[in-house]
Amino acid sequence: MKIALFATCIVDAMYPRVALATVRILERLGHEVIFPPGQGCCSQMHVNSGYLDDALPVVRNHVRAFADARFDVAVAPSGSCVASLGHQQPMVARAGGDEALAREAAELAGRTYELSQLLVDVLGVTDAATDLGSWFPHTVTYHPSCHGTRLLRLGDRQSDLLRTVGDIDYRELPDAAECCGFGGTFSLKNPDVSGAMAEEKIGNIVASGASICTGGDAACLLHLGGAMRKRGSGPTTLHLAEILAATREHPLDPTSYDHSIPEGARR
Amino acid sequence: MSPTPLGLPVARPPVHGHGNLHAETAFPAAAKEQMRNEQMRANIHHATHTIRAKRANVTAELPDWEALRDAGSAIKQDVGARLPELLEEFEANLTARGAHVHWARDAAEANEIVADLVRATGVDEVIKVKSMATQEIGLDEYLAGEGIAAIETDLAELIVQLGHDKPSHILVPAIHRNRDEIREIFLNEMPGVDASLSTEPAELADAARTHLREKFLSTSVAISGANFGVADTGTLAVVESEGNGRMCLTLPDTLITVMGIEKLVPTFDDLEVFLQLLPRSSTGERMNPYTSMWTGVTPDDGPQDVHVILLDNGRTAVLDDPAGRSAGNPSAPLSGQARPLRPALHPLLRLPQRLPRLRACGRPRLRLDLSRSHRGDPLAAAHGHHLRGERLPAVRFLPVRRVLRRLPRQDQHPRHPRPPPRPRRRGGESHDPQPDGPAHEGRVRPHVPRPVHVGGRTLAPDRPPRRPPRHRLAARHRRRLDPGAGHPHPTGAVLPSLVGHPGGRQ
Repeated sequence: MKIALFATCIVDAMYPRVALATVRILERLGHEVIFPPGQGCCSQMHVNSGYLDDALPVVRNHVRAFADARFDVAVAPSGSCVASLGHQQPMVARAGGDEALAREAAELAGRTYELSQLLVDVLGVTDAATDLGSWFPHTVTYHPSCHGTRLLRLGDRQSDLLRTVGDIDYRELPDAAECCGFGGTFSLKNPDVSGAMAEEKIGNIVASGASICTGGDAACLLHLGGAMRKRGSGPTTLHLAEILAATREHPLDPTSYDHSIPEGARR
Repeated sequence: MSPTPLGLPVARPPVHGHGNLHAETAFPAAAKEQMRNEQMRANIHHATHTIRAKRANVTAELPDWEALRDAGSAIKQDVGARLPELLEEFEANLTARGAHVHWARDAAEANEIVADLVRATGVDEVIKVKSMATQEIGLDEYLAGEGIAAIETDLAELIVQLGHDKPSHILVPAIHRNRDEIREIFLNEMPGVDASLSTEPAELADAARTHLREKFLSTSVAISGANFGVADTGTLAVVESEGNGRMCLTLPDTLITVMGIEKLVPTFDDLEVFLQLLPRSSTGERMNPYTSMWTGVTPDDGPQDVHVILLDNGRTAVLDDPAGRSAGNPSAPLSGQARPLRPALHPLLRLPQRLPRLRACGRPRLRLDLSRSHRGDPLAAAHGHHLRGERLPAVRFLPVRRVLRRLPRQDQHPRHPRPPPRPRRRGGESHDPQPDGPAHEGRVRPHVPRPVHVGGRTLAPDRPPRRPPRHRLAARHRRRLDPGAGHPHPTGAVLPSLVGHPGGRQ
């Protein structure tokens, strides 16, 4: 299968290794991954802040970038950006009077999957250790991000994949369904509330006994990871794709891991 | 480095409707202040976690929970698409069953209608069922300005009212208060409360019960909201936990209900879906303790003077806004066909599409404007009585003509955030400049109590039919309602169980 990678801007700017890990997982399953050039943001930040007019060229760019590429399905390592494609892009296009763009955006959104959706629903992965060779012998807890949970209804897809990673010590996160406090521009406009929500979440992560908190959205992990780092010690964050990409042959050592700079496309 | 604008976008006119919910301080600034209130944070943490856990438990019990939610969403979308015809069906059924229907385009109109109705009964104190619609229009505050005391009878709303506070949650308005604070409020503000009152939830609920009992039995006018209005029967429904609503809906002579027009459901059967969804989703109960339904006037039983105020206050403007109508529909398949974005709107609302010239000159938005008898429109003036049944086309097209002439009426949405102040209706002055001429008498009709038609007889409104004198009624209810001190279900047991324990974080 030919799979197009939609990297999303947070991953592109802050965690390119999450995109590399996504590619690694899919190639391990024997699929060809392409990266449509010229792709950018999904426009979610604009729409959520009320800038519908400014979102229109962003939507157009996304649709054009993927329209020029030939692929079967697209994938993004983010629940929030994938939800935005279906929930917001057609609306933005219609609000801008571009019905053709709205239809194209809806069609593209219809074959763009969040990573766990693609693995479970399309590629039939049921066991990360046997199907993907995933191996990660660490204590891990999992934060289900809001948009994946509530808009995409991911359910147990991500946590089921994590539980089946080889030698993983999976810990339940108390009050898992609560927001981490990031909320896109919410964290910039309401830093006090946002920070307090992160504190609650981190308290629950510590209470879970895990040394690593993972999830499917790099933005939430950026928010939590930053707050944890400011605390000085305690757990760290890793994206779900990075844990699934780790194997016995190429283990991921979270203690000696640089958390913002990619290591390059090492296979 | 170029500056990056991060502020909120400037609100685009028109701003639809106006509410009572505006905070005085911007949220980030208010939050900064309140973040330091550890007690309040502990209270809210405890209460929200309790209620969320309850909800999670009871929603997980139903195998078809998500299907029920989809069904509820579909019913509401159907209501939105057929709102005008359903509203007229609802009005016709209500009127046929002896209720009086009033139309309020905005908060100010709704408040005025309520105040007029209360004044006509001659009382200066009313009891209230918890209602978000009346919060939205600021009814309590408006009535206070008119010399009418509105007493909240929901326990949490009572705590908020006695504490000179503002509600902090739509379901549990006193969620920010713990039992110590509630005891303080009762001791300071509740007349005749026992000074030995403890912080036990049962004792607090009992104190409120005793206080409210007197109000239920001595007040002849009640004001409620509505959780549902059933178009095909004219039935109104209120769901609640404490029984205060049932008292307000059955004991008084006059019952005034303020209902947002989005509360409609098409048929009585549709209640099946919502009465499963609402209690489980809101308070985490399988079934709410009290579900009250009433359909107009039942002769010799319950309130004999029943009024329903159908409130727009921006709802049709939202319905007319394709982008703002629904902030995403999570149940709709992402890849599926786009839903039809424009429901069939009221003929008046479709006017801009019919007349392109109007769109060119600024796309006026029209609010639903069906005839409102009490405002002195031609038919009401002619009959001197509440308007029922048929309406003259001329009445309905008054606002259309206003738009065509681009006359400054509130039918057009204002271009600035708030509508211009309207002249007061006091003292027989013309309440609204009326350029539409001879049909309008330009003068507020003094409110005359309406006769009530019951079973072929006409009853004088100031003499409630076949009701024993109030003191006898009170004695009767006291016997029935006071089974003894050890009441197994103290009124409002739900709220205290949601309120934090004293002594900080849980």
